[in-house]
Amino acid sequence: MKKDWPLWEVFVRSKNGLEHRHFGSLHAADAAMALENARDVYTRRNEGVSIWVVESKYITASNPEDNGEMFEPAQSKVYRHPTFYDLPDEVKHM
Amino acid sequence: MSEKEVKNLEVIFEARIERDDKIEPKDWMPEKYRKTHIRQISQHAHSEIVGMLPEGNWITRAPSLRRKAALLAKVQDEGGHGLYLYAAAETLGISREEMYEQLHTGKAKYSSIFNYPAITWADIGAIGWLVDGAAIINQVALCSTSFGPYARAMVRICKEESFHQRQGYEIMLTLCRGTEEQKAMAQDALNRWWWPSLMMFGPRDEDSPHTAQSMKWKLKRKTNDELRQQFIDQTVPQADLLGISVPDPELKFNSETGHYDFGEIDWDEFWQVVKGHGPCNKERMEARVGAWEGGAWVRDAAMAYAEKQEKRKVAKAS
Repeated sequence: MKKDWPLWEVFVRSKNGLEHRHFGSLHAADAAMALENARDVYTRRNEGVSIWVVESKYITASNPEDNGEMFEPAQSKVYRHPTFYDLPDEVKHM
Repeated sequence: MSEKEVKNLEVIFEARIERDDKIEPKDWMPEKYRKTHIRQISQHAHSEIVGMLPEGNWITRAPSLRRKAALLAKVQDEGGHGLYLYAAAETLGISREEMYEQLHTGKAKYSSIFNYPAITWADIGAIGWLVDGAAIINQVALCSTSFGPYARAMVRICKEESFHQRQGYEIMLTLCRGTEEQKAMAQDALNRWWWPSLMMFGPRDEDSPHTAQSMKWKLKRKTNDELRQQFIDQTVPQADLLGISVPDPELKFNSETGHYDFGEIDWDEFWQVVKGHGPCNKERMEARVGAWEGGAWVRDAAMAYAEKQEKRKVAKAS
């Protein structure tokens, strides 16, 4: 019985000092092939110095339908931002 | 979900697009939005993949190592662009295999331009200059489309594609500065590729039933006729610079409108090629299906190898 190649997500570090960023996805039979394909598909013009690949099925994603419960609690917490606090102008560098 | 709830979601959805919010794959979207995007993105992907065929044919016959390396890189880019786009379409819930199936059975279309043959080396110049030039105009307009994965793929593609057009124009320039025979070759290529390139923008606005909906969803930012006019206005001066003439006796700069007026496109030819009766439709599909079927044992072997390695790893660990 033939099986289709699974889907992988590709993360690339553009240069040292920066984090890996999601670049896209591709199909490959295994991790070694996914890395090689990622090199050819996403870094043909020196876009990266390091690649991560992970099979897409291992990613757990939040659901936009739950964005209310998920992210709204942060919206009301303005006191987490420095601008919430009133200080006199004489106070410099704070 | 009740009809009223769906209606409500649709109103919220339209409002999001109106304020230039991007739509991401897991967001709620109307079924028609999903279907239209699957159709357009997959057909765009198919065009990139089939587009490798007319040029790939010339890689071994490029006139110098420099030209060969550039053409090879261009064709490889097109493969990459097809892959970005297939991946973007897959986020909408269609599998890669389903898309291939649709291409191979003729259910999905690809750009008709690739059903014309690349007969001489000058055609490789004309394809880069005109076909990629037209594609870039279409694609730049899509960089700000509402569906996130499609817009991101378009940004990447546009960045990579400007070299394609420049390498094509450089080929034309070299031929036009060469012998009489070489210049005639360039003229002949322009003669054959001009009209099909104009057809790449699709039917006239009044014959394009999807335009209104696509504009609303920002799947299109400009109409077919607007983009076609933009292409003509930017390309005619480039032909003048080459010293070859555009094969349209009615082409004339209109100083009132600031645009070129041009002759009637042969729409019968356009529909013939769309319906599968172009010079190379059959050949292109045979090449694609042949590659897919001929490569089946390689895909199966790679999968079998991956499974065997996985089993070994598990056995070692236990």
